[in-house]
Amino acid sequence: MALLSLEKVVGGYGGAPILNGVDIAIERSDIGVIVGPNGAGKSTTLKAIFGLLKVTGGAILFEGEEIANSLPDKLVPRGLSFVPQEKNVFTSLSVEENLEMGAFTRRDDFRPTRDWVYSMFPVLAEKRRQAAGELSGGQRQMVAMGRALMSQPKLLMLDEPSAGLSPRYVIEIFEQIVKVNAEGVGILMVEQNARQALAFATRGFVLAGGQNRFTGTGPELIADPEVAKSFLGG
Amino acid sequence: MNELIFFFNNVIVSGAVLGCVYALGAVGITLIFGILRFAHFAHGDMMTMGGFITFVLAGLVTAAGIAFPLPTGFVVLPVAMVLAALIALGLDKAFYAPLRLRGAKPVTLLIASIGVTLMIQGLIRLIFGTGTYTFFAEEPKRLIRIDTEWLGATRPIAMTEPHVLLFIVTLVSVVALHYFLTRSRLGKAMRAMADNPDLAQVSGINTQLVVRVTWLIAGSLACAAGTMLALDVTLKPDLAFNIVLPIFAAAIVGGLGHAYGAIAGGFLLGFAETLSVFNWTVLLRPISGIFPEWVSLPGNLSIVPTEYKLSVAFVILVITLLVRPTGIFKGASS
Ligand SMILES: Nc1ncnc2c1ncn2[C@@H]1O[C@H](COP(=O)(O)OP(=O)(O)O)[C@@H](O)[C@H]1O
Ligand SMILES: [Mg+2]
Repeated sequence: MALLSLEKVVGGYGGAPILNGVDIAIERSDIGVIVGPNGAGKSTTLKAIFGLLKVTGGAILFEGEEIANSLPDKLVPRGLSFVPQEKNVFTSLSVEENLEMGAFTRRDDFRPTRDWVYSMFPVLAEKRRQAAGELSGGQRQMVAMGRALMSQPKLLMLDEPSAGLSPRYVIEIFEQIVKVNAEGVGILMVEQNARQALAFATRGFVLAGGQNRFTGTGPELIADPEVAKSFLGG
Repeated sequence: MNELIFFFNNVIVSGAVLGCVYALGAVGITLIFGILRFAHFAHGDMMTMGGFITFVLAGLVTAAGIAFPLPTGFVVLPVAMVLAALIALGLDKAFYAPLRLRGAKPVTLLIASIGVTLMIQGLIRLIFGTGTYTFFAEEPKRLIRIDTEWLGATRPIAMTEPHVLLFIVTLVSVVALHYFLTRSRLGKAMRAMADNPDLAQVSGINTQLVVRVTWLIAGSLACAAGTMLALDVTLKPDLAFNIVLPIFAAAIVGGLGHAYGAIAGGFLLGFAETLSVFNWTVLLRPISGIFPEWVSLPGNLSIVPTEYKLSVAFVILVITLLVRPTGIFKGASS
C-alpha cells in the first residue's frame, strides 16, 4: 500500500475544476517529482492534498485512509507536511521560533527533532536567534523545510523549492532534499528545474491541463523522447 | 522649582495616566487587527463595559460589608477582567465569527463592530441610565503626596491612589504580555498568525484557538483600561467612546498588528496631549527676565486649547498616515 495515493482527483477553486483526474502514488522511500508547464495544476495538486481547496471527485488516500478535504491541523499530526512556494517563513519570527511553529501540533518534547534539523542545516543553528526575514533566499528555504520537518512528517511536500535560487543553491537544496529522504521522509515536490529534479526522482509525474500525461521513474521520463520534446525543452 | 513640580504633575503624571489607558486599549485593537484583520471599532465600548462590570462587582462586595485597604474597584478587577474576557469571546461568537465564516470583508466586520458599539452603549444606558457614577461614593480617593523640600520646592508631587494603581496594572500587563508573546507556545503562534496567516494554517497551528485567546486578552485588557480610567475620573456610558480616536491613533502610529508599537504609541499620544494643552507661560514666567522688555508673556501659552485636545491625536494620526503609513515603529518585530 502506498503512503500517499491520489486516484482520479478532481478539484478546483470554486469555478471550473482545475484538476481533471490526477493520479499519484508515493512510497515513504520515494522522491516524487511533479513537472509540467505553467498553469498545469501542479501547485493546485499539492494544495488539494493538503486540504487547501475543495476536492470534488476521486480519492486521496494517506496510509490507506481517505484524507480529501481534511484541514492541515488534522493532516500535520498524521504525518503530512507542506512547504508552500512563496511566503513560506514567518519573517518576523526568529529561525528557532519558525521551527517551533512547525512543531505546534506536537505535545511531546520536540527538542531532539530541532537538533536533528540543525544538524542537517548547520547554518540555521548559527542564525537561530535571527529573524527569518533577514536571511538569504536559500537560507529561508532551509528554514521553511526545517519548519515542515519539525512535525516529524512521513511525507514532505515542497512547491518549487528551488524557485528564485542561484544555481549553486539549487544544487544545495536538492542535495538536502535527498538527504532528508535518506532519513526516512517521503518527498513529493513540484519543480521547474525539471531535468535536474527528475534526475534523482524515483517517481516522476508530467502534468498538463490538470491531468497526468506521463508517469515513470525520473530517468525514464528524461529518456522518453516525447517527454523531452514537449516538456523538457528538447 | 515649584513651576517644575507643577509641570511634572500636569504633564508627566497626567501624560503617563493617559498613556497607560491608551496603551491598554490600543494593545487590544492591534492584536485583534493582527489576527482578524479588521478595525475593532467597539473596543472603546468594551472598555466602558469593563468599567461597569467592575462597578457592579464592587457594589456587591461593598453591600456585603467587605472593605479593603485598597479601592474596592481595584480589588475586584481580576474577577471583572475574567468576566469581560468571556463576554468578548461571546461577542465574537455571536457577531464576528459568523461573518468570518462567510468570508466577510474587513469593512463588513468594521461595520458590524459599529453595530456592537451601539448595542453595548444602548444596553449600558438601558441598565444604568445616562448618569455618571463614582467608585468613591463610600470610600475615600486617597491622594499621594511626595514632599519636595529636598528639591527646594514647596509644592508636592501629587497623584491619586488610582493613578499609582494604574501604573502598576499597566506595568504588570505589559510585562505579562511580553512574556506571553515571546515565551509561550500560544503567544508565539499568535505572532506567527499575525505575520502570515496562511503559513500558520499550513503549519497546523490551531487558528481558532489563537482567535479565542486574542479575544480573551483584548477583552481583559480593555476591562482593565476602562476600570482604571473610571477610577481616575467617573464612570459613564460614553466613558471610553470619547477616547476611541486617540486609542486607534495609538495603534496606527505604533503600526497596526505590533503590540509593542501600540504601547509606545499609547504613551506618545498621552504625552503629546498633555504637552500640547500645558500652559507654557507657567514655566517661562520665572525666567521672564531673560526676554527683552518688549516681550510680554501672554496669560495662556498652550499649543492647543484644552477643549481641542482631541485634535492632537487627529493631527498625529494624519501626519503618521502621510509620512509613515505602516507606523513609526516599523522594524521592531511584532
Ligand atoms: N487561488 C486560485 N484561485 C483560482 N484559480 C487559481 C488559484 N490558483 C491557481 N489558479 C488557477 O489554477 C490553474 C493551475 O494553477 P497552478 O496549480 O498554480 O499551476 P502550476 O502548475 O503552475 O503550479 C491556473 O489556471 C491558475 O490560474
Ligand atoms: Mg505552481
